[in-house]
Amino acid sequence: MIAVLVVVVVFVKVLEQFGLLEAGYDDSVEDELELSAVRHRPEGLEQLEAQTRFSRKELQILYRGFKNECPSGVVNEETFKDIYAQFFPQGDASTYAHFLFNAFDTDHNGSVSFEDFVMGLSILLRGTVQEKLIWAFNLYDINKDGYITKEEMLDIMKAIYDMMGKCTYPVLKEETPRQHVEVFFQKMDKNKDGVVTIDEFIDCCQNDENIMRSMHLFENVL
Amino acid sequence: MAAGVATWLPFARAAAVGWLPLAKKTMPKPPVDNSSRSDEILYVNVSGVRFQTWKNTLDRYPDTLLGSSEKEFFYNEDTQEYFFDRDPEMFRHILNFYRTGKLHYPRHECIQAFDEELAFYGIVPEIIGDCCMEEYRDRKKENQERLAEDTEANEANDAPLPPHSTSRERLWRAFENPHTSTMALVFYYVTGFFIAVSVIANVVETVPCQPPKGMVKDLPCGVKYQLAFFCMDTACVLIFTFEYLMRLFAAPSRCKFMRSVMSVIDVVAIMPYYIGLVMPENEDVSGAFVTLRVFRVFRIFKFSRHSQGLRILGYTLKSCASELGFLLFSLTMAIIIFATVMFYAEKGTKGSTFTSIPASFWYTIVTMTTLGYGDMVPNTIAGKIFGSICSLSGVLVIALPVPVIVSNFSRIYHQNQRADKMRAQQKVRLARIRMAKKGTANAFLQYKEDHTLGDRDSDSTALCVKNRSAFEHQHNHLLHCLEKTTNHEFTDEMTYSELCMTESVGFRTSRSTSLSSQQGAQNNSTGCCPRRARRRAAMRLANSTVSVSRGSVQELDTLQFKTTSIPPQTRSSLNAQPDDLKLNCGDQDFTAAIISIPTPPANTPDESLPPSPTPVPGILRNTRATAYTHETVKISSL
Repeated sequence: MIAVLVVVVVFVKVLEQFGLLEAGYDDSVEDELELSAVRHRPEGLEQLEAQTRFSRKELQILYRGFKNECPSGVVNEETFKDIYAQFFPQGDASTYAHFLFNAFDTDHNGSVSFEDFVMGLSILLRGTVQEKLIWAFNLYDINKDGYITKEEMLDIMKAIYDMMGKCTYPVLKEETPRQHVEVFFQKMDKNKDGVVTIDEFIDCCQNDENIMRSMHLFENVL
Repeated sequence: MAAGVATWLPFARAAAVGWLPLAKKTMPKPPVDNSSRSDEILYVNVSGVRFQTWKNTLDRYPDTLLGSSEKEFFYNEDTQEYFFDRDPEMFRHILNFYRTGKLHYPRHECIQAFDEELAFYGIVPEIIGDCCMEEYRDRKKENQERLAEDTEANEANDAPLPPHSTSRERLWRAFENPHTSTMALVFYYVTGFFIAVSVIANVVETVPCQPPKGMVKDLPCGVKYQLAFFCMDTACVLIFTFEYLMRLFAAPSRCKFMRSVMSVIDVVAIMPYYIGLVMPENEDVSGAFVTLRVFRVFRIFKFSRHSQGLRILGYTLKSCASELGFLLFSLTMAIIIFATVMFYAEKGTKGSTFTSIPASFWYTIVTMTTLGYGDMVPNTIAGKIFGSICSLSGVLVIALPVPVIVSNFSRIYHQNQRADKMRAQQKVRLARIRMAKKGTANAFLQYKEDHTLGDRDSDSTALCVKNRSAFEHQHNHLLHCLEKTTNHEFTDEMTYSELCMTESVGFRTSRSTSLSSQQGAQNNSTGCCPRRARRRAAMRLANSTVSVSRGSVQELDTLQFKTTSIPPQTRSSLNAQPDDLKLNCGDQDFTAAIISIPTPPANTPDESLPPSPTPVPGILRNTRATAYTHETVKISSL
């Protein structure tokens, strides 16, 4: 009696095995096909030349490097995180990379194409101070609603401090980011309503000499 | 840093603008970048194949040859390209590394050639990509093992007897390598014979013989001819004991020797006899005594010193220990499971043979190994079902680790075969190399002769002088300079041997001659004459049949020619010394024909089981005066 039961169970199990295999096989194949179909071709060189402030040669160099790294033509967030992890090995750069990715991904489709990449770089390297400040504001404004709240700023600050890692001098304390955010808000938030708008931000930065001076630092990166 | 990172650095720096409004302190000044930003195409010519690449591509890895300023050394201004005189096939892979950031290892290339190219271009092999890393590592390990084996083989077998070895060392060497002397060989054969005799005696002892008069039952021969067997046993044990004690005496490290497997086997083989002698004829212990006699069968393992195949088998089993362990473990698990199941399945039936679970073990083992004796058979349906499942699973479980063991055995066996092949080829190679060297030495002597003769008669020698290349001229001039520096001259071997003879006979030539530099080093280290004198003495002892140990360069050199009574003409014109000492080199004193006894299937009396490279038996025959012809006959070792 028991033996019969055992045999039946074994038989069913074997059937299940084969059944499962056949059933699941097709789905996985289709899934894979879908993923690999993503490939992006950028707009023409002339268009990009018109839209950005890079010369033709610079665009060529940029694209060659970009295409080498990402043959599919787009960068996804994981790659961003990897790259930043290599630049800042002591700490955890993933959070900041996430914010940065969102800042570059202007159309919010989850991947940064070459156009996004080059537009961002154009602003950062060849843009006016105003444009750079707007870009920075965009970076801090996580939910892109036009206001920087203390929580958003705190997130950004923590992300930046995370990149430093543990071994710093002087030793990083828990409340350092918070204190930094307080200082920032004191400076920027003129009407003390707890949020920083874009106008407050730009005004404040333009009045700060240090910030103005340092805006020109990175112009000759490329 | 990886290529990817280098490309993204400008981006990361640009993105640092995002920190500026938050900065607590002022930012530092950026580094001044003087290099031109524009990209240019570089031309790299590798043995005629032109490669073109962006300068940026090569700059990605600044610590390699192509990425640093080192490549400027290879720049050719006339053709405006970088020229490398290397393999273009390999360069393709190198360049792909720069382009893609991943280094691949081409499987069809030789691992050493690849390593050399990597070393030349300054690339560390560790960055080989994951896809090819395993293959690279495997090939590299194989190569290293091969090299290690070869050097080990060379050292083990070719080291001639150190000049001042004690008798103990000589004895040990004789045991390890029976081809070194006749005595060792004789001893080796004798022990082999006695092992066989002992084993056969053990076996025959139990065969039933005709009963003697007055008895009906068949007696085993061991009882009938008790005295004869006892004498034979005694003789064998005496020989074995003697051998064991000699080995113990000769062993360089007694503790290590006593711990080795072969010595344990020896002890186990002879112990029962002594214990039997010592023990009284007691009823109680005779049972134990009978058990001890079983250990006599271990004598058969002594054959492993004589057979390489046995050693390989033992080594294989040792190296497959994990697979064997897995086999055993899984078998044990399966046995326990199935035995339990069968026992409970058959519990109800009357007269069932499955009396307990341990009793079912036997059934399970017999079924799993598909033996199926049929002494225990299930009767119930459940029992039969589980019995069939048991036999099916047995086939599976046993079939799984077996291929692993087989492949291990095959690998080790082939390695051994390869070692033997290498040794045989090595000798031919060495002979050819020696001939080539002799050729150059003779060429130099010819050159000198031409020059001295050429002073008198310029016409006939002009031709031969011209036929030599500039390289030869310069080389010969160099050798000549060396001669003048050391105030010695190069000669050939015949005159050298003559001079040695004169020195040993008692004449002292004021100039010692050195052999041509290539051959001279080894000979001069031991001094030509003392060795020769000893060799002659040894030869007289050994009655002129000496087996030659393998591959030793100088031994083959010195043993292999006869002197001629005519002094060679090349010397006479050059020697300032009075060498009209007519050297009475007695031919018989010099090397006679050396023929070694055909050696047995290649074995060394090893102490341990791992296969030491075994010497290839060779028969070296001496032919005419200075011709170096070897005929090596390889007897397969298994």
